Amino acid sequence: MNNTDIVKHGLKKRYAKEKRFQWYGRLAVLTGFVFLTLLLLDIIIKAMPAFQSTQILLDIPLDRETLELSTDATINKDTLSAINYDGLIKKSLSQLYPQVSKRNDRKQLYKLVSSGAEFSLREYIMKNPELISSNSEIPVLSIWLKADDDIDTFYKLQTKISRVSDRQVEFIDSLIQQQRIRTSFNTTFFTASDSREPEQAGIKGALLGSFWTLLVTLLISLPVGIGAAVYLEEFAPQNKITDFIEININNLAAVPSIVFGLLGLSVFINFFGMPRSVPLVGGLVLSLMTLPTIIISSRAAIKSVPPSIKEAALGIGASHMQTVFHHVLPLAMPGILTGTIIGMAQALGETAPLLMIGMVAFIVDVPGGVVDSATVLPVQIYLWSDSPERAFTALTAATILVLLAFLAIMNTLAIFLRKHFERRW
Amino acid sequence: MNSSALLLLITGLSVIAFITARQRAYIHGASSKLKSLPKHYGVLTALWSGIPALVLILSWMIFQPAYLHQQIIQSLPESITIKGEDSLSLYINTIDLAIANGEASDDPVIQKAILSFNDAEKKSRIILTILVLLLSLSGIIFGLTKKLLNSHARVGVEKVVKGFLALCSAVAIFTTVGIVLSVLFEALRFFESIPFTDFMFGTSWSPQTAIRSDQVGSSGSFGAIPLFVGTMLISAIAMLIAVPIGLLSAIYLSEYASARFRSIAKPALELLAGIPTVVYGFFAALSVAPFIRNVGESIGLSVASESALAAGIVMGVMIIPFVSSLSDDVITAVPQSMRDGSLGLGATKSETIKQVIIPAALPGIVGGVLLAASRAIGETMIVVMAAGMAAKMTANPLDAVTTVTVQIVTLLTGDQEFDSPKTLAAFALGLMLFLTTLILNVIALHIVRKYREQYE
Amino acid sequence: MSTNTTATLSQSFRAKPNSMQEDITNDATSESSEHSQHITIGENILENAKFTTRNVNVYYGEKQAIFDVSLDIDHNEVIALIGPSGCGKSTYLRTLNRMNDTISNCRVTGDFLLDNEDIYSKKMDPVLLRARVGMVFQKPNPFPKSIYDNVAYGPRLHGLARTNSELDEIVITSLEKAGLFKEVKDRLNEPGTGLSGGQQQRLCIARTIAVSPEVILMDEPASALDPIATAIIEELIDELRENFTIAIVTHSMQQAARVSQRTAYFHLGKIIEVGETSQIFTNPRHQLTENYITGKFG
Repeated sequence: MNNTDIVKHGLKKRYAKEKRFQWYGRLAVLTGFVFLTLLLLDIIIKAMPAFQSTQILLDIPLDRETLELSTDATINKDTLSAINYDGLIKKSLSQLYPQVSKRNDRKQLYKLVSSGAEFSLREYIMKNPELISSNSEIPVLSIWLKADDDIDTFYKLQTKISRVSDRQVEFIDSLIQQQRIRTSFNTTFFTASDSREPEQAGIKGALLGSFWTLLVTLLISLPVGIGAAVYLEEFAPQNKITDFIEININNLAAVPSIVFGLLGLSVFINFFGMPRSVPLVGGLVLSLMTLPTIIISSRAAIKSVPPSIKEAALGIGASHMQTVFHHVLPLAMPGILTGTIIGMAQALGETAPLLMIGMVAFIVDVPGGVVDSATVLPVQIYLWSDSPERAFTALTAATILVLLAFLAIMNTLAIFLRKHFERRW
Repeated sequence: MNSSALLLLITGLSVIAFITARQRAYIHGASSKLKSLPKHYGVLTALWSGIPALVLILSWMIFQPAYLHQQIIQSLPESITIKGEDSLSLYINTIDLAIANGEASDDPVIQKAILSFNDAEKKSRIILTILVLLLSLSGIIFGLTKKLLNSHARVGVEKVVKGFLALCSAVAIFTTVGIVLSVLFEALRFFESIPFTDFMFGTSWSPQTAIRSDQVGSSGSFGAIPLFVGTMLISAIAMLIAVPIGLLSAIYLSEYASARFRSIAKPALELLAGIPTVVYGFFAALSVAPFIRNVGESIGLSVASESALAAGIVMGVMIIPFVSSLSDDVITAVPQSMRDGSLGLGATKSETIKQVIIPAALPGIVGGVLLAASRAIGETMIVVMAAGMAAKMTANPLDAVTTVTVQIVTLLTGDQEFDSPKTLAAFALGLMLFLTTLILNVIALHIVRKYREQYE
Repeated sequence: MSTNTTATLSQSFRAKPNSMQEDITNDATSESSEHSQHITIGENILENAKFTTRNVNVYYGEKQAIFDVSLDIDHNEVIALIGPSGCGKSTYLRTLNRMNDTISNCRVTGDFLLDNEDIYSKKMDPVLLRARVGMVFQKPNPFPKSIYDNVAYGPRLHGLARTNSELDEIVITSLEKAGLFKEVKDRLNEPGTGLSGGQQQRLCIARTIAVSPEVILMDEPASALDPIATAIIEELIDELRENFTIAIVTHSMQQAARVSQRTAYFHLGKIIEVGETSQIFTNPRHQLTENYITGKFG
């Protein structure tokens, strides 16, 4: 029985080791959680300012004299667009602070308002030309216009930044007292495309660019992927070529994304002469990247259809191909679609290969089709994150949240599909 | 006729082919036995009519530009073609531009070239249109022959479909071949100006290019060793984080955790893999790097604002799911009988894991680690945004280093001529990257497959 | 022990011994409605047993697998547990070394005394218990280590050897006792998985012996082996009886007849009959036992 005593003697240490080991494990899992939470929190906090934009209430005089229109001039598109809206804004600012006389001070005053405010004003007036009346009463339009991004940052974060002068701080305090400054939801973020000024910048261009690019990716990779999966699972003979194809697919799944970008650059752009920075080329490159994912998951879905279904169809006299297309493929569809959605989600977040094919340009226009110059959401994030203005940091973080939201939706859709439509044979 | 009109034409002809052949088959079937349904004859004829024509059009679209360029070059006088490749391509670019904009040029040589180009193009288009029509129509006629009607049309259709499917799977091979060829081709051109040994073993990386086209790349040095060192440093930091956390998490989740905990924790870890790398890059550059810098400076260390540590840590976090997911699979694959054997002898759970299960699962785990390493080496956005550009050979994680992927991006996203040694260097780096990750992946997959066979 | 053919068996129990016959047959039909208070025929209770189990019930979630089993195991005996597939023999065996603890939804009730110690009490450490009660499994499961390290695993864990030479001694002795040493003495550093099936199982037995347990539980140890390897294992069991108490689950009645002194017949989670092996196989007292022996089912 002394064996038992020997064993007893060592037990305490062994159980201590056991406990420690479990704690290491827990710690490891927790560390992963902590990183994830830190990342998300940091981005959310950084993104908050971007959803609000600061506006200043100005009274714009709209009498004909100020507008430099003669009393009997007709009001039409041409006359309206010729009006010096920038001057109007400056005038209304001067009227607000008539005591400002020094040239430098006046410059600071004018810089309170965003340089794009004149375009917003013009757009508003052109939509509502009836505001310019011809009677003797002087009409005044009270309108909220965007503040300059430095003012915007200062006002939202309440911290002194070097680009806002002391004089401007005085102006802002007075505006606060007059209740002529506020923050409101930043719709520009969604309605505008890229701009040099952060308060005028938005992600519309990037959103559409991503849409067109993903469309191309889907249209190419889904049929080719399913075709390849069907062939490899059902029709391919067991020979060296088939093995080689399978090895290739597995390898391609692990090739770094930037290498696909090199491929796109040298083959599509250089050899075939396709245009740079268009969703067509981006979609081509991304579809080559997504293909292995779709093929592998489609093969798994096709493989999971039980042979009894195929045998039943063959028994009635259907050919192999008819069996596959009429019976196997429809049953494997949920699994195929799940894999496709996951592949598309991966493609949505890809940046490096698109940088290679030229999507690094500053593009202001919104792409209307697959051969218009465009950028995509992740590239927009990359470009903006380089800018020093703090406002761009907030925009970048906000764009990240939009991107993550799309990814969350797509992945949830895939999980939903899997849960509700995939049959467990 | 331009290309889109031609494509529309053959589509229309294919539809006609389908309808007429189907009708013919239907009529024929009323009197004698048909081996397939009428629609199959229709489809087969449409395929015979459309596909050869389509192939012809596609090949024409691919090869015609090169052929026409050759024509232009031949039409240029000797005086220009002697000047050297750079000025020749400049000339051709001017001509291309003029043709694209549809304008005439003052230079008589260029004007002549434009005219001869337009002439040749018109000629080849006419030839193409005629050939396409011939092919298409002969396809239709073939469909109406007795021979076709006596055959098993559905089998023919299925053969074509099968061929198409095989083509789809061959896309994988084409892609690999495309990658290899394109990268190899440009890299070899690079090695024509910069010797391979200078590249592989050189320790100084500063890719300035010549300003004038007749300078050799002597003012730039392309020694890639600092890039390899930088890549290794950041990847090593990443692995140091990912492997312990990933492996321990996998062990805890598969051996100790309750089903409920596992159902929450596992997807949460998978989330880390789903976050786009550009988001990680943003986090690394704007939050982690400044944080490390502040902490370091407050202790008195000098930390670069783009330290390798920042990029490495964030990359490590991104890779955790790779390690944990693969390790989880291989640990679960170890048969229960092995656990029972160990527990039956009086071992504790941790002893069983450490001395029996992990050694049994080791090949699979190693495979997973290799795959994760390959991912780290090939990662781009995190390092582009958070690591530096200066090529430094150091093992200090607080320094700024640059990696192979960063340099590829830098070299190719500036404004430069496609052919300068700078851009070709990017392809040489791409070749190194591709080969390294390929070798790692092959070894890893091989190990994992051998491991699986052991237990199945 | 010689093999009894089924024919001989079926002839030898023509004459039923006593009047319990009718009661037993009645019992047999109404058995399924009784879940507790089941009466086992024969000598399932002993005095001064090595292992005492009373009123054992085992549940997998809602489903009950073992119904009120009471059985004692004597020192240095080999007791065989026989019965049709899935009637709880392995489950019962695994309660004896608390291997069922590893299964999450398994619940065990009853009294278990090993040398008068309650093995399910909070004070009893499962690790310690399993060092005293070893187990050999149906499919040989050597670790992916060398032959030496396989056998040395247990002693190393528990710290049973203070020096390397002591460990060597334990390993060699165990391999000898398992009848394997001669065949592997020149290749102790080769992986255990490289041996044949029968050798692997003997390796597992050596591994179990190396910890010097008092009881060895064997769950169909030879069912995955060929006849020659089986014969070797059976001979081994007989030799091991000298130093260990052995409980062996087996599907083969012939094997039970060959190696055991007592046999317990399990049926649908209950012990129907326990007795001397020769008696069980020639003169079963319960109808169900007789049916099983004569091959009417299982």
